Amino acid sequence: MNRPIRTLSVGCLILFVALMLNVTYVQFFKANWYNDRADNRRVTEEAYSQQRGDILVGKKAVATSVPSDTKFEWQRTYPGGKKYAPITGFMSYSYGQTGIERTQDSVLSGKDNKLFTNRLVDLVTNSEPAGGNVELTIDPKVQDAAYEGLTALGEDVQAAAVAIEPSTGKVLAMASTPTYNPDRLANNDITAAQKSYNQLSKDEDEPLLNRSIQTALPPGSTFKLVTAAAAIEDLGMDGDSMVYGGASLDLPGTDVNLPNLNGSSCGGEQITLTRALEVSCNTAFGQLGMELTDEQMQDQAEGFGFGQDYLDDLGPLAVSKYPDNGGDKAKQARAAIGQQDVIATPLQMAMVSAGIANGGEVMKPYLVDRVTSSSLDVIDQGNPTAIDNQPAVSQDTAEILTDMMVSTVENGTATAAAIDGVSVAGKTGTAQTTPDRPPYAWFTSFAPAENPSIAVAVMVQKSGTERSEIAGGRLGGPIAKAMMEAAIS
Amino acid sequence: MSGFTPASSTPVFVHRSRRGAELVLLIIALAVGIGAYVAVGLGVEGKIPVDIVGYGTWLVLLLVAAHIGVRLMAPYADPVLLPLVAMLNGVGLAVIHRLDLSRPAAENADFAGQQLTWMTLGVVLFLVTLFLVPDHRMLQRFTYTAGFAAVVMLILPMLPFIGNEINGARIWIRLGPVSFQPGEVAKVLLVICFAGYLAVHRDALALAGRRFAGIDLPRARDLGPLLMMWAISLAILVLQRDLGSSLLFYGLFVVTLYVATERKGWIVVGGLLFAGGVFAAISLFSHVRVRVLTWLNPFDYYPEAVNGTSSEQLVQGLFGMAWGGMIGRGFGSGEPWRIPYANSDFIIPAIGEELGLTAILALLLCYGLIVERGLRTAIVARDDFGKLLSVGLATSIALQTFVVVGGVTGLIPLTGLTTPFLSYGGSSLVANWVIVALLLRVSDQSRRPLPTAPSDEDLAAEETQIVKLDKGALNR
Repeated sequence: MNRPIRTLSVGCLILFVALMLNVTYVQFFKANWYNDRADNRRVTEEAYSQQRGDILVGKKAVATSVPSDTKFEWQRTYPGGKKYAPITGFMSYSYGQTGIERTQDSVLSGKDNKLFTNRLVDLVTNSEPAGGNVELTIDPKVQDAAYEGLTALGEDVQAAAVAIEPSTGKVLAMASTPTYNPDRLANNDITAAQKSYNQLSKDEDEPLLNRSIQTALPPGSTFKLVTAAAAIEDLGMDGDSMVYGGASLDLPGTDVNLPNLNGSSCGGEQITLTRALEVSCNTAFGQLGMELTDEQMQDQAEGFGFGQDYLDDLGPLAVSKYPDNGGDKAKQARAAIGQQDVIATPLQMAMVSAGIANGGEVMKPYLVDRVTSSSLDVIDQGNPTAIDNQPAVSQDTAEILTDMMVSTVENGTATAAAIDGVSVAGKTGTAQTTPDRPPYAWFTSFAPAENPSIAVAVMVQKSGTERSEIAGGRLGGPIAKAMMEAAIS
Repeated sequence: MSGFTPASSTPVFVHRSRRGAELVLLIIALAVGIGAYVAVGLGVEGKIPVDIVGYGTWLVLLLVAAHIGVRLMAPYADPVLLPLVAMLNGVGLAVIHRLDLSRPAAENADFAGQQLTWMTLGVVLFLVTLFLVPDHRMLQRFTYTAGFAAVVMLILPMLPFIGNEINGARIWIRLGPVSFQPGEVAKVLLVICFAGYLAVHRDALALAGRRFAGIDLPRARDLGPLLMMWAISLAILVLQRDLGSSLLFYGLFVVTLYVATERKGWIVVGGLLFAGGVFAAISLFSHVRVRVLTWLNPFDYYPEAVNGTSSEQLVQGLFGMAWGGMIGRGFGSGEPWRIPYANSDFIIPAIGEELGLTAILALLLCYGLIVERGLRTAIVARDDFGKLLSVGLATSIALQTFVVVGGVTGLIPLTGLTTPFLSYGGSSLVANWVIVALLLRVSDQSRRPLPTAPSDEDLAAEETQIVKLDKGALNR
């Protein structure tokens, strides 16, 4: 009977080897697959209850972790509150992370490879692994001005304001209303947090949306800056070039004409390009749009960042677009004044201003200024880079555009943004979509014009204001002005 | 196998008793067991457990008693088995204690304390078995008694009043405060029955019979009684929805039959019948189908149960093991309480989470060694019954380990069984200690030096001397 017993012992050996291989597969080769699953509560709870690093604005934390006596050891709180919610995002047990909490998760949680040496030290000293800190580029004074300006518009106003430092691309402010209290979503009381989330996600005003980057709408007349840039670059114009300024523009192949906002002429059949921008003349820019090709317009728009996803530090980003009109002149005319299928985010329009302010070079916007370890050693530093190899417009074009925008603030529709003793460059926009809904009010500007330190865009998507009262200058101008003043002072 | 081996002519390999080696290994096993208990205290509560002296002393006393028992009653027994078992039992106690501590204080769970009581009973029965069974061959007398008793044991849970259904399986009996799985005892009895019957009938089964379609079929009167008894056991288990035990009993039957008849055909026939049985069970019984489905796609039933079927336990076990990785998170640093019934069926994933892949591989090696030492015992055994008995006992440990560890790690569908010596569960622990005692008994018999027969000259010189031989020696 020994032969079958020997066979049997080989059989048993195979059984045990199979068990060992399978356990090795589960615990070693497939371990990461299990650990990365969103429904793995061990991992989510560990991530949720750990002490994460701070998100800082200036020297002040806008997101931090405090010890908790609930079943989770730490509670994430947001001293930055509603004002910073669109930037910080939130860290929730049930819904994961958004905003900087999401994009900088590896740093904040301490898992990033940049923090490797710190982790090693933690391991040796047997201390809890601590997360790194993220310092934002936000200027708290500008952020205050933006947030206060937006909230002053009213409770159910949907609006956003964003500011960039033109020379670097640092985002100086980013505010959106309505907003939410991230503390309620990060609550260690999971049921309460879920209740808050359900409430917020059902809200018609979409408070969870960061409108500065996630809402792309027709930019209206602020887009005329792009059309003007293309006209100067491609048609060889300057501020004194004469353009059509009649009351209405005949759109070929259609029954309708393109009128001006109030139906009157822009100050004559022929006006200067500068004057056309000052009064935001639809017929003038519509005409330019028909003279330029789709390709020229597209190239110009893309030079300023249209069609690109350039924001690594926050997301998801709605991508701004200039449409392909297929050579349809009527469409080209409407697109040239920021209607038709042109869509842009407030951040995109701020980049148009910032590009002009920076002598034509458009910088890639960023929000993370520095990453520091828990012991405050600087580990990583934000690095200004241009979005493209070549500038959007030449230095000369930028100067012409700047003069035209300064003139718009001094003599035109953008007077609301004028600041005493400082030359401000600006452009208004009022985008009409369908007759049954109110137009969107836009405003973009930068200052000081000769040495710009801030470029701004304000967008009001929905407000309580009477329809006839809605205009970019009236709604957005004062907010942009307050933001610029905060940056300059 | 019969007659004397002349001591002078052919040199015969004589096993040494190796009790000293056993003691050294036992000390290592004790160090592991008590060390694990201390590690649990340090890891979970940050201090050495207050009862460490009492606990450690008790464990030492138990195992020293077992060792002395072996020294006195089975001096030539295999020296590796007892230390391996002692170590598994010690680690099991520590892990169960750790799982006790992970429960809310309000529950006041003391499964480790109960397990220690059961272990004490196990060691006592281990010694009693060695004492009552001085020669394993006497068990062969109880072939049919054992078979009958096994069936009775299996029927017990079906009876009203004492039968007790827990988690859908009716395999417990409750006598006062004590809950017991008679199936675990039935397992040992069945092994004795299979071995006893096959030792007698193996020649008839292997040789006598009709050749049909190229296959030698045994005569019904040779295989019939065994087949009937075995079928009754399986039927009961199927009625009780105890998949793990059905698989174990079936495997035991096929393996012993194969070893006894030395015919590979039995494995083939057994395998085909098994495949057919599995197919039938899947199509007939929804609870079997559910096991297969949750095994194939565990994440279809997690985190939300579908039609009352949840794979929470399996998935939490897998998550725990992945979380533990290579070296584990350390005692007290994991979250094994997430795994339902972590201290019984799912103790391996709980260990994987806190002690890592390394610990599981080490434990599997221990099981592998126990099984292979058991089969080694079968090879050196000098009688058919001893061979078949140790084959059955070793196979029962191998199959049980494979079915439960394979189930909880997702290698095969999950069936409920305890992990031998590790899991919380009194009946299983006691039964497995008795299995070890029987294995040691067979190995003692087979490793003991043969009685030396007097040489011819001695016989010639002492013609009138009556040579006394012990009864056992004659039977060989």
